[in-house]
Amino acid sequence: MAAKPIAGSIVQARGIHKHFGALHVLKGVDLLLAERELVFVIGPSGSGKSTLLRCLNRLEEPSSGSVMVDGVDMLDARTDINHARQRIGMVFQSFNLYPHMTALGNVTLALRKVAGKTRNEADTLGHAALARVGLADRAGHTPGQLSGGQQQRVAIARAIALEPRVMLFDEPTSSLDPELVGSVLGVMRDLRESGMAMIVVSHEMGFARNAADRVVFMDEGAIVEEGTPAEIFERPVQERTRAFIGQIQRH
Amino acid sequence: MLQTFFNLEIVGAAWRIILAGLGNTVLLSLVVVPLGLLGGLALATLASVRNPWVRWPLMAWVDFFRAFPPLVLLIFLFAGLPFAGVELGGFACVCIAFFLNTGAYYGEILRAGVESVPTGQSEAARSTGLGRLQTMLFVVLPQAVRNVLPDLLSNTLEVVKLTSLGSVVAMPELLFQARQAQSLTYNPTPIVLAAAIYFLMLWPLVRLLSRLENRALAGRG
Amino acid sequence: MNSWERFVDAFFNVKVMAKYLPDIAYGMLVTVELAALVIAAGLVTGLALALVRSLGFRPLNLLIIFVVDLFRALPPLVIIVFIYFGLPAVDIAPSGFVSTWLSLTLVLMAFSEEIYWAGITSIAKGQWEAARSTGLSYGQTLMHVVLPQALRLTIPPLTNRTIAITKGTALGTVVAVSEILGMASSAVSNSYNPSPLTMGAIAYLILFFPMVIFGRWLETKMAWKR
Ligand SMILES: Nc1ncnc2c1ncn2[C@@H]1O[C@H](COP(=O)(O)OP(=O)(O)OP(=O)(O)O)[C@@H](O)[C@H]1O
Ligand SMILES: [Mg+2]
Repeated sequence: MAAKPIAGSIVQARGIHKHFGALHVLKGVDLLLAERELVFVIGPSGSGKSTLLRCLNRLEEPSSGSVMVDGVDMLDARTDINHARQRIGMVFQSFNLYPHMTALGNVTLALRKVAGKTRNEADTLGHAALARVGLADRAGHTPGQLSGGQQQRVAIARAIALEPRVMLFDEPTSSLDPELVGSVLGVMRDLRESGMAMIVVSHEMGFARNAADRVVFMDEGAIVEEGTPAEIFERPVQERTRAFIGQIQRH
Repeated sequence: MLQTFFNLEIVGAAWRIILAGLGNTVLLSLVVVPLGLLGGLALATLASVRNPWVRWPLMAWVDFFRAFPPLVLLIFLFAGLPFAGVELGGFACVCIAFFLNTGAYYGEILRAGVESVPTGQSEAARSTGLGRLQTMLFVVLPQAVRNVLPDLLSNTLEVVKLTSLGSVVAMPELLFQARQAQSLTYNPTPIVLAAAIYFLMLWPLVRLLSRLENRALAGRG
Repeated sequence: MNSWERFVDAFFNVKVMAKYLPDIAYGMLVTVELAALVIAAGLVTGLALALVRSLGFRPLNLLIIFVVDLFRALPPLVIIVFIYFGLPAVDIAPSGFVSTWLSLTLVLMAFSEEIYWAGITSIAKGQWEAARSTGLSYGQTLMHVVLPQALRLTIPPLTNRTIAITKGTALGTVVAVSEILGMASSAVSNSYNPSPLTMGAIAYLILFFPMVIFGRWLETKMAWKR
């Protein structure tokens, strides 16, 4: 039985379990994301944050549970998964830009091949997306000619050019030099202000405080606690949350 | 079908001939692989001299023999040289051809290996008082060989396969013997048998290589 | 005649060379034709096998791996001899040209499959994930994202391997193909002078030396880009 979509929520994940062989990585995770909401996910390494994100667009096949995104049942065999994935933008820690293509080529590939745009239409949309991330003048550069921060912004442009309904960020700034982090967070903030629904896995607590509607703390494959940034950072209820927050604040 | 290509009667009749061929192929390999390695080692050692007057002729030498089909070289030695009054016989011709041809390939591989060892290594060795040749032999080459081991093994596979060219100059190696047996029995079974022997003999090396090569290319991505 | 003159008379006999030049030129044509057919068929079938292998259908993959291993382990001459002298036993009698072409194609197919495969598997998993997350299908990801990168990596090893295998066209002489070596050998026995062999050797150098230099150039070029 497919769960009924709740009005106003763009992502509904219920009872997600994920096993890798004997390893039980996600133990029944429920996550709702409202329209225009930004959920920030924190948790120790190996707690299953990446796996959860990847279950949402089915890069990883959940062992059980249900995932609805924008009213589409992602786990239904009849769903055209490639079409559905266009509504879910994803940004990776390691950028994963295509090194053999220019920035514009990276942004327009799926526009042409999946969204069925002509090259001209795709180029127009691609330039617009690059302009949104502040890289209008870098369209012809290959990833090797761009800084890490610029590469990650191209990766964001690649995702938003498809006009997704929700964006997933998996540690988008973790492999950047400190001085380049700001430019990427800036783009993410603009995106949030434009009303994009977002799930962000990150260690940038400052960004969470300013931009997140809700913070979710995960540990050992389950959501331990969630609340507003103030609640989670200043007044965590659970012992494990307190320990984790204390640990990162000491650094 | 089985009666034609794997006739047990014929196997029974031909196995002695074939086995003798296998013995010779193994012996021949044991001669030409070290010979080629020796040639390659000489080339690589010479090429480590960073003098363009030494390097360029060496490169040309190596590329010359890489461009030259080994069979042409072998025929030239075997059928051409006698006209100049030099009769070498099949075995000597095979040895010379392999020394030149596979020596060039081994040389190219070892040279790349030597260049992959940081210069700091030989500087450190020289600073402890080791001589040029000692440095090469005890410090640089061991590391070089380790770095290009897949290529060395791959070339060795090719060399062993190339010994089948000996059949063209009447060396009684595996293929030659199989063809003899085939013409005696009017049946292709001996050739199938020889092929099976080559395969069983070289398969482990092929398996090993495909693992090593996959890893080598992955390291570049 | 002193010994230098005798040497020149034997290996650089102008009269003999002039007489057999057309033969050698014809042999070159046959060699080029054979080589081109081997390269085209070998590289294409090798790529096809690698693509099929990437689908990850296990029984099929085991078969592909076996075929590839087989043609990497067998000496090309053994394959040629089997096809030319062995197949007639079941009333299939390919010509020497076809036997040589088929053998070398199978060998190049096997070696190139292995190289393509190594290239495909060396592309980072993140490339697949990024492409799939934007909605590209498996096939589209392979065609537009993975293969272009994989092929770039494979070009230098593929070039060198292709040259080494293509030189094997000379083996055709064993099964009476009228390629360079075959033409040169019969010219030697007809003229009782080895000069045609010298010409043959030069002909091979004309064909293959540029390829070797090209391979070397590619290797250094790719090495810098890395
Ligand atoms: N493909 C896989 N096969 C087997 N185990 C996996 C796989 N992917 C992830 N895991 C395991 O699942 C667990 C959760 O991994 P995940 O990457 O989701 O954690 P994470 O919270 O994102 O950690 P990090 O902060 O280090 O990125 C880890 O123990 C990891 O080793
Ligand atoms: Mg992670």
